[in-house]
Amino acid sequence: MGIAVLYMSIIVLIPLAALTAGAFDDGWSGFWDAITNDQAWYAVKLTLIVSAIVTLINAVMGTLIAWVLVRDRFLGKGLVNSLIDLPFALPTIVAGLTLLALYGPKGPTGINIAFTKAGIVVALLLVTLPFVVRAVQPVLLELDREMEQAAASLGAGPFTIFRRIIFPNLLPAVIGGCGLAFSRALGEFGSLVLITGNIPFDDQVASFYIFGQIESDNRAAAAGVSVFLLVLSLAALLILSAVERWSSRHAR
Amino acid sequence: MILRHRSKALLAVLALFAAVLTLVAAGCGGGDTASGDTSGGGGDSTLTLVGYTTPREVYEEVIPAFQATPAGEGIDFEQSYGPSGDQSRAVEAGLDADVLALSLAPDIDRLVEPGIVDANWAQGPTKGFVSNSVVVFAVRKGNPKHIQTWDDLVKPGVEVITPNPFTSGGAQWNIGAAYGAQLEQGKTKQQALEYIQKLFENVPVQPKGARESLQVFTAGKGDVLLAYENEAVTAQQAGEDVDYVIPDQTILIQNPIAVTTTSGNPAAAKAFVDYALSKPAQEVFAAKGYRSVLPEVAKANASTYPDPPGLFTIEKLGGWESFRDEFFDPDEGVMADIFAGKGFSQEDE
Repeated sequence: MGIAVLYMSIIVLIPLAALTAGAFDDGWSGFWDAITNDQAWYAVKLTLIVSAIVTLINAVMGTLIAWVLVRDRFLGKGLVNSLIDLPFALPTIVAGLTLLALYGPKGPTGINIAFTKAGIVVALLLVTLPFVVRAVQPVLLELDREMEQAAASLGAGPFTIFRRIIFPNLLPAVIGGCGLAFSRALGEFGSLVLITGNIPFDDQVASFYIFGQIESDNRAAAAGVSVFLLVLSLAALLILSAVERWSSRHAR
Repeated sequence: MILRHRSKALLAVLALFAAVLTLVAAGCGGGDTASGDTSGGGGDSTLTLVGYTTPREVYEEVIPAFQATPAGEGIDFEQSYGPSGDQSRAVEAGLDADVLALSLAPDIDRLVEPGIVDANWAQGPTKGFVSNSVVVFAVRKGNPKHIQTWDDLVKPGVEVITPNPFTSGGAQWNIGAAYGAQLEQGKTKQQALEYIQKLFENVPVQPKGARESLQVFTAGKGDVLLAYENEAVTAQQAGEDVDYVIPDQTILIQNPIAVTTTSGNPAAAKAFVDYALSKPAQEVFAAKGYRSVLPEVAKANASTYPDPPGLFTIEKLGGWESFRDEFFDPDEGVMADIFAGKGFSQEDE
């Protein structure tokens, strides 16, 4: 316990506390100015919207992929299963470079979404893919199939079984995975470096705005917006864990 | 279940408490750590060169050449390259450095106040600069859109790539070039500002730095890349399909070099800077796409690096400090207004 406290303090809590202190270098008004700056506000809004879209897509597709990986049998399943984690291992800027090569102006696909908001969504989808899959997979594995069989024997169709049995059991895991994916998407930087146009009031996301403030020697503003993002992220995680607890209690 | 939750909460509270304690302790004791000098005593035989990204190839040749001279004998080098502003901030935060080779003078000036660089660093014969370049138009092979002048950049249908000036200190040279070129053509300040606004209507992508811009451009985006001449030359030498045009009016980019006061071996650091300014080293700069700060080397390479008629320096724009305040203040700067789509306030004289 003592070790855990010390470790948490050194690695997480003290840096976060220092960041928060930095955000308030110029007092409350400095913090307020930092996040109500038009450009900052737009960037934060865009980041939230894009992250929410990415999270929703992840919720559906991530669950689907987990389902396929657990319930279906097909050749190369083990390989696909290992591939899921690769976005974690890939340096994110390489992910961005790859996406630019594929979906950029000279890409072989003929799809040009580089430097658009759609490009941002695709990049974020790539780096957040594992979260929901990896959260849902173990739950699905442990899900008692006898429950489904029992439901089927009582005359429930596949849709009813999914809605009444499977979905409620998976929901907490889906929500947990979504929380992580959302938080990750809020702060993502590397994979967007080459795929976003970085145009303020157009497709500049919060992490780029923050980077710009640091480069312009405006550390208080950078810390201010960062802390705001942290608060949003923390709020999202808390709300989701509350929903998770509520729904798992409700499912019983 | 309940027990586990409670111990979690307890853990969080304890950790927060520890964090606060440590912060307070750090706050009280913070004053006396700044003077710490980690580079060791005199006779340090290793020099650390902290530079910005692009001249790496140059120093990879200049350093061995220096080590072959009597002054450089037995001196080892550690080299660190990165974006100029990041490097400057890292040195300010305590990164050990003996020699600084950065992209623009303000990144050295920043280090004068904390006492890392002598206030007289720019007093030498070359005013503290080690290399020059100019802002050019990099275009597609054969210049299919016939880009020749600044006016061509604001024509409809022309896409211009330039880094975001807030994320890239280097991109501020580009804005300075575009703005100063208008003044050089006899336009008023107001007209020059209108030009910048029009120019940015043609900018579909603002990558975060010069390197990313080049990558985006070679990936097929845009018709014109506002670039430094040395980078356009490097790209050509690397076999990229780019041409470049030196506009009639453009800004002279001046890259500073300086010795730190915290150096463990100031004599050797000084000797290296002197060598970098000598003829053999300057010829390496010239071969790698830079304009020499030595008049005789510059003259010998004048056919490769012709001086455009309307060449000006940052001083034409009032020097870095006033130029930056006017253009890049995040709240009131001209660029912030342009990005906000508000146009710019008329109060700038």
